[in-house]
Amino acid sequence: MSQTSHGIGGLSYDARKRPWPAEFNVFLALVILVGAFELIGRVFLGDSFLFNTRENVSGLFNEQRLQIIILQVSIVGIIAIGVTQVIICGGIDLSSGSIVGATAMIAMSFAQVATVNGNPNPKAMFINFGWTDLPVIVPLLVAIGCGLIAGLINGFLIAYTRIPPFIATLGMMVTARGIAKWWSKGQPISFPTESFAAIGKGLMPVVIFISLAILFQLILTYTKYGKHCYAIGSNEDAARMSGIKIANHKVLVYAIAGILAAIAAVVLSSKNLTAQAGMGVMYELDAIAMAVIGGVSLSGGRGSIIGTVIGSLIFGVIISGFTFLRLDAYYQEMVKGVIIVGAVVLDQWRQRRRAIGA
Amino acid sequence: MSDIVLKTENLTKHYGGVHALQEANFELRKGEHVAIMGDNGAGKSTFVRQITGVEQRTSGKIWFDGKEVNFTGPIEAREAGIETVFQNLALADDLDVPSNLFLGREKVLFNLGPFSILDRKAMRKATEAALVRTAVKIPNLSSTIRHMSGGQRQCVAIARTATFASKLIIMDEPTAALGVQETAQVENIIRTLKANGEPLILVSHNMRQVFDLCDRIVVFRRGKIVANLRKQDTDGNDIVAYITGAKTGQAELQAA
Repeated sequence: MSQTSHGIGGLSYDARKRPWPAEFNVFLALVILVGAFELIGRVFLGDSFLFNTRENVSGLFNEQRLQIIILQVSIVGIIAIGVTQVIICGGIDLSSGSIVGATAMIAMSFAQVATVNGNPNPKAMFINFGWTDLPVIVPLLVAIGCGLIAGLINGFLIAYTRIPPFIATLGMMVTARGIAKWWSKGQPISFPTESFAAIGKGLMPVVIFISLAILFQLILTYTKYGKHCYAIGSNEDAARMSGIKIANHKVLVYAIAGILAAIAAVVLSSKNLTAQAGMGVMYELDAIAMAVIGGVSLSGGRGSIIGTVIGSLIFGVIISGFTFLRLDAYYQEMVKGVIIVGAVVLDQWRQRRRAIGA
Repeated sequence: MSDIVLKTENLTKHYGGVHALQEANFELRKGEHVAIMGDNGAGKSTFVRQITGVEQRTSGKIWFDGKEVNFTGPIEAREAGIETVFQNLALADDLDVPSNLFLGREKVLFNLGPFSILDRKAMRKATEAALVRTAVKIPNLSSTIRHMSGGQRQCVAIARTATFASKLIIMDEPTAALGVQETAQVENIIRTLKANGEPLILVSHNMRQVFDLCDRIVVFRRGKIVANLRKQDTDGNDIVAYITGAKTGQAELQAA
């Protein structure tokens, strides 16, 4: 009876033969990757990738390395959360990196101090208006507003003009980058207030990334919004026939993606204590790659935030592992490209096998 | 006349110059299972699309549940109580059975607008009850539709229809792509619906199935209803004669 307890109508069902969740495979890949770096490190360098080998530092693991791994992926990871729900919903968002750039510039100009070392801040954009030393809520709201507007434009274009998401967000990608450069005529914007700088200090990016990841994992699993994301990505016609308001939902999805990109911009510019027009270049592709590596299907309907988080860790481990092996940064990018394509090939292969096996 | 669930009067649909449906007069009574037959292009699906609001009719009137209705879309028709199993199934492949059953009308624990928290337990329970009621056999409610056979998918689609249809179920060739066993399962579900007294319109090409499951057979030919016969007054050859046009039968139409 325990074996057939899930069956309805007398058909037997063996819960133990259930397919593994896709996230498990991704996690396995992460473990194997870490193991490979550990092995290569031990054999060729006589050093450990994962464990602490220095005598002057206590602790079992190489905590410094682990911190770097997660810290360097957490900002793109925040974007990847938004991109994940866009892809699950059957879309794509190429604009997030540029939204980071534009939002960082605009938000930072509302977060500047009046005086640097007793002199008036040379970089302050709005010093003539007296808009300096503003409370931290102002740049935060400005940032979220920027992300929201960009996301809404994406969403409205996709939902109502019915142009492909690829084109709509490509347009936003170019436009937002233009805005980032135009805002200060290419000059970097620096010297934020202490309260703004606190947002991205130390391990704060990790805390923000993990909190948002948990929040959106819950939203995608337990709310109507999440269910409709999967439904639309899975079969848009069926979703429409079921009475789901597709257009509204898509606008919401892209708006949320825009807001998450804006949050990433705040964290990034706060961490770097400066905003530059070139910030976030290629972040959109890194974010998409994290999602795809994490098992989010580019054809929509499948994937999870947990998968994307593990995907982002794989990303971090690769970058950090290459540094550990003292390989040039050039190789990192080459391998990154191979891994992105590999993940998509794997996804296609999985789908085909599923279609045949089912 | 209170037992008439659906009635159409002079229902007509033109696609440009093509008269796909001409002056169709149709009635369906409570608890009645009616089959719609006819060749490809005879107007069966056109007829269904006018009733379910998928398309807008050129002229004519429709009464549903005692009121004259003008559905502007399938969602309105569904809200009024007409549930349709479409040929393309209209299921989301990557969702499990309860999610598909309740797609677009989820049960909610806390209402937070689009971010309302789903009541997954209640939906699962209601799904189990619905499957038992329609005698649908699904091994595992939590597996996605993608992992199911064509017959199981069709059963889920029908269970979904039967769960929510308060007043009328329409099935457009529900067994067209199914194997023998799967067809039998779907037919059993339809029998269960009959036993529960739920009215049904079945569009089908399958003569045996129609005689097995329905009380009355309506034949379409070239956009017109050419026959409206009770099952016991006719046989397969007779129906084929109407479908092919060998018999034109206005006389029988009045007799029935």
